[in-house]
Amino acid sequence: MKEQFTILVYTENKVGLLQRVVSTFSRRKINIESLNTSESGVPGIFRFTIVVESQEEWVRKTVKNIERQVEVHKAYYFRDEDLVYQEIALYKVPTKVLAANGQAEELVRRHHARVLGVEEDFTILEKTGHEIETEALYKALQPFGLLDFVRSGRVAITRPKRDWQEYVESMEWELQQQ
Amino acid sequence: MQAITTTKTATALHISGAEAIIRCLLAEGADTIFGYPGGAIMPVYDALYDFREELHHVLTRHEQGAVHMAQGYARASNRVGVCLATSGPGAANLITGIADAQIDSTPIVCITGQVARHLLGTDAFQETDVMGISMPVTKWNFQVTTAEEIPEAIAKAFYLARSGRPGPVLVDITKNAQVEKFDFAYTPCTNVRSYVAKPKIDPEAIASAAAAINEAERPLVIFGQGVTLAAAEEELKQFVEKGNLPAIGTLLGHSALPTDHTHYAGMPGMHGTYAANKLTNECDVLIAIGMRFDDRVTGNLEYYAKQAKVIHLELDPAEIDKNVVADIPVLGDCKESMACIAPLLHPRPRKPWFGKFKELDQMEEEKVRQGELHPTEGALTMGEVIDKMNQVTQGNAVIVTDVGQHQMVAWRYGDFKLDKSHITSGGLGTMGFALPAAIGAKLGAEDRQVIAVIGDGGFQMTLQELGTIMQTKVPVKILILNNEFLGMVRQWQQLFFDKRYSSTEMDNPDFVTIAKGYGIEGQRVTERDKLPEALQTFLSHPDAYLLEVAVGKENNVFPMVPTGASVSDVRLE
Ligand SMILES: Cc1ncc(C[n+]2csc(CCOP(=O)(O)OP(=O)(O)O)c2C)c(N)n1
Repeated sequence: MKEQFTILVYTENKVGLLQRVVSTFSRRKINIESLNTSESGVPGIFRFTIVVESQEEWVRKTVKNIERQVEVHKAYYFRDEDLVYQEIALYKVPTKVLAANGQAEELVRRHHARVLGVEEDFTILEKTGHEIETEALYKALQPFGLLDFVRSGRVAITRPKRDWQEYVESMEWELQQQ
Repeated sequence: MQAITTTKTATALHISGAEAIIRCLLAEGADTIFGYPGGAIMPVYDALYDFREELHHVLTRHEQGAVHMAQGYARASNRVGVCLATSGPGAANLITGIADAQIDSTPIVCITGQVARHLLGTDAFQETDVMGISMPVTKWNFQVTTAEEIPEAIAKAFYLARSGRPGPVLVDITKNAQVEKFDFAYTPCTNVRSYVAKPKIDPEAIASAAAAINEAERPLVIFGQGVTLAAAEEELKQFVEKGNLPAIGTLLGHSALPTDHTHYAGMPGMHGTYAANKLTNECDVLIAIGMRFDDRVTGNLEYYAKQAKVIHLELDPAEIDKNVVADIPVLGDCKESMACIAPLLHPRPRKPWFGKFKELDQMEEEKVRQGELHPTEGALTMGEVIDKMNQVTQGNAVIVTDVGQHQMVAWRYGDFKLDKSHITSGGLGTMGFALPAAIGAKLGAEDRQVIAVIGDGGFQMTLQELGTIMQTKVPVKILILNNEFLGMVRQWQQLFFDKRYSSTEMDNPDFVTIAKGYGIEGQRVTERDKLPEALQTFLSHPDAYLLEVAVGKENNVFPMVPTGASVSDVRLE
């Protein structure tokens, strides 16, 4: 049975590592739904947040293969219930529609979207939330002549304290050395 | 040599990147390297010229030959093999061997030249994205673009190639980095912070494993190449003796336990022994040591050892529960874990269990071995050639095989008394492996007799390496078992494709004449009564020698577990 999983990977910051991580998925023909990477809380250590849909067994084996890479510190996978996660979406709508139409303004408020910038021709709205929520605003704005729409990948944080924090603490001395 | 290098490196030298590469190799203890020159690696070749006394460079005839030689060298010596190639086509030609080394966990360091830093990404002459191409088939790879990075990159390469689960690494070095001068100093690498070479062994796992083995009525040890890579042959011997455990060895694990050892009980897998396959599905505890349950070993996983409690001694966490779920995983170096478990074992007689192996072996003897090893009429068989060869080698030779029927036959019937004696391309099944790998093996283990056993098909994939033999005078023995077919494929066509021999019959050249052209002695044997003498000449000749034996064109290898079948359904005919 296919389910959605979020995989967190902690790595060194090295050229080519992204390719190594990604190819462990493509080898098993697992499609990546979203991928986000940036520096983690520990300087020099990068964190990947990867969302996939697949069977748990495949995900488990893929995660072990990721961890096998020399420059990967740790990799874990989670179901949604173990995570707090968010996405961010940006919407570009014609300013005149927003201004002329009270309905549109009401929509923005109801969806807790923020106005990031207003230009003569267009207004940029921002909404953070789960995919269904950003999607709902997208659908609602469409009739008003949405000019552009972009959604980030997921970023996620685990609910309980996990191995990674313990690993970092045990590594602290070593990490400071380098 | 070692001492000179260390003293030289102690004080910083102002040298070129190319010279630094050579000094790094020497500092890592390399004595022989394999390679092929070209534009982007020329500075290194130029530096090699000054070090030709200290570092023996073997000029191969193709880069694929160089990498297979490095593999053969590594596997015969348990040291790191090194190969050198130029950018673009040179590097690309290494890829097959690198993939082979990756799947068979062979420690090799490949150094490739690359176009100068300012030309990267410009489609420059002989530029190819070697990093991208080699990434999926290397344990680690790294591109060096300044001379200063060289010592650290090479130190890390050697450390990663040989530590943990060994594997191939590639260091791609741009031409400017080879030419630039810098202050050189070398420090070997001893750890990489994101990498665990040896997981700590859990004492509880040791205790549960020992308890399960002690309770077992019908235990079975299945060992793989992990034993050889950990240099744990002695520990394996003590383990099986102390516990009184029958042991079967995979294609790559073979020779880690002598084939005449009291507890050696055959080989698992597609062309393994009848008893080993059948009894895998009758044992109550299966003790897997340094092996990865390859599909050629397990057959259909749905019907593989389902009745058994599985204990898995393994270094690589990704192998545990990958194909077969372990009831008792023992993560760690099997040299250590076997040494921890062995003292806790209580030997039990298990006479009926050992008796079953004898009984099934007898069936195989009658149905398969008799006809294969002692035929009295008809064409020569591959089995009898190997059997007669055993009488000359006394089981003391290193046998390097290619891929196909002859590979299975040499594995099945070769006698192996010493470790690191059976070298073959297992995981990738690379035809063309044997000849270059045998050259490398001979250079890695100069005091051993090294025999390449090759089919007529595979020989023609890398036969240009006869030129390397001619030039380096390495005394390897080449045994060609010629059935004038791509035999293994033909066997499948016969059994599973209604005997439609599509593109498997071969019109072959005169191999003995070809060898002569390279200054290598040889002969062809077609008669049974000429075989013993020919084998004597073959193996007693002081130099390289090619012996071609004409064997039955349509002989098959049995037993056989057909693809997708259970190991219980192993066929004797
Ligand atoms: C590079 C490569 N190409 C194709 C194959 C597929 N293959 C496996 S065995 C075999 C036949 C080998 O024939 P030969 O070398 O004559 O040995 P024999 O089986 O007759 O002993 C082939 C073509 C392979 N293993 N490697």
